[in-house]
Amino acid sequence: MQRTPLHAAHAAAGARLVAFAGWEMPLHYGSQIEEHHAVRRDTGLFDTSHMLALDIEGAGATAFLRYALANDVARLAVPGKALYSCLLAEDGGVLDDLIVYFLGENRYRAVLNAATAQADVDWLAPLAAARANLRPRRDLAMLAVQGPRAAERLGAALAELRPAIEALRPFSCAEAGGTFVARTGYTGEDGFELLLPAGEAVPAWERLLAAGARPCGLGARDTLRLEAGMNLNGQDMDPSLVPAECALAWTVALDGERDFVGRAALERRTASRRLLGLVLEERGGVLRPHLAVRGAHGEGVITSGSFSPTLNASIALARLPAASVPGERVQVELRGKPLAARVVKPPFVRNGKILI
Amino acid sequence: MNIPDGLRYAATHEWVRAEADGTLSVGISDHAQDALGELVYVEAPAPGRKVAAGEACAVVESVKAASDVYAPVAGEITERNAALADAPGAVNQDPYGAWVFRIRPAPGADLGALMDAAAYRKSFGQG
Repeated sequence: MQRTPLHAAHAAAGARLVAFAGWEMPLHYGSQIEEHHAVRRDTGLFDTSHMLALDIEGAGATAFLRYALANDVARLAVPGKALYSCLLAEDGGVLDDLIVYFLGENRYRAVLNAATAQADVDWLAPLAAARANLRPRRDLAMLAVQGPRAAERLGAALAELRPAIEALRPFSCAEAGGTFVARTGYTGEDGFELLLPAGEAVPAWERLLAAGARPCGLGARDTLRLEAGMNLNGQDMDPSLVPAECALAWTVALDGERDFVGRAALERRTASRRLLGLVLEERGGVLRPHLAVRGAHGEGVITSGSFSPTLNASIALARLPAASVPGERVQVELRGKPLAARVVKPPFVRNGKILI
Repeated sequence: MNIPDGLRYAATHEWVRAEADGTLSVGISDHAQDALGELVYVEAPAPGRKVAAGEACAVVESVKAASDVYAPVAGEITERNAALADAPGAVNQDPYGAWVFRIRPAPGADLGALMDAAAYRKSFGQG
């Protein structure tokens, strides 16, 4: 089991640690529901050091990424901008999703999911070949500071970052004194992701706690991203699905003639299903992955389901027949009982506001 | 982990308290609520329902998982804790106060399979 540089700090903060993708990570620090509310209302602090930063540099780095990613890094007009993209297989199936940051001419940094990081690097290396050098940055720790007061608390904790974060637009990044800071996240709130040398992680963590950020675990991270309508690889997307079946068609840049991995297959395949949200409309339990959904257009299945602390109701993402539309009523069978649910268009919550 | 004396415990982590009226109150132990995490839904059996010993008759769900609650003895459900429908978190805050249901044991129902506090503690390797 791998440990992040913050392992001892988690134990000191009272974390319940669990195994996740080969890492021993905090599930919560007492109350995952209170942690969830802290991110919606104030500031939460996450250790995301299990994710992998991958630096991509070399004379052919842009050409390589334009071929390897379904979204087009040429859309990154100026250094400091970020792009969300799928990584596709040749058959158009979704291998993973990632964020890639444009650092400078032919210099990029991607952040990869923990569970798929090694597979992604193994997939990308032969595609990069001589065009770019891939450098996994396990020497860096990663923190996410998320919530409506994240900028204020981060600026108070790490004063050296204050000018950078005040100038930083959403979905942008900057370097400040050896720390990489990006205005990105996985919660549906304003916030920042920091990459810093592993040895600086504990002091940064402690200063953020002292500035009022609440430590948050994977439990809150999952309910936050679900409310924000963000996919989790392995649940809401997998290599058998094309982006359009994962509500990710918007991330595939099909304009122009750019050749990229999976393009030819995508242009032949049609999406037979779509990913939409569900809200449970009666009491009867909590929506969970793999539960069957029945509606006027046929059957579907829940891919992620949990309890939404913000809505105080159970919500889910579900793969439904392509003809399904928001507003429809469907039934979910739970413990032998059909329960009424409403189809909605995610996100459920953004910037503290309920949107459905 | 809090395991009060004076209660009986099932291997499936229910606690059982004998009430003055001859019924048994049943809830989930501190260990069970801690392992599940914060509860967000409790489904308790309807009064009048007859259950066998070991029958799944209630469900508790946390953010991360659902778990059955088993009848510790055979008998008839006499009452359910309706307050938990709106405040399932009471089970986390006060697991031995927040009973889930009450059961009147069937004649000859056997409480002998249940552990006392010392035996339940021992089941976790605590003396």
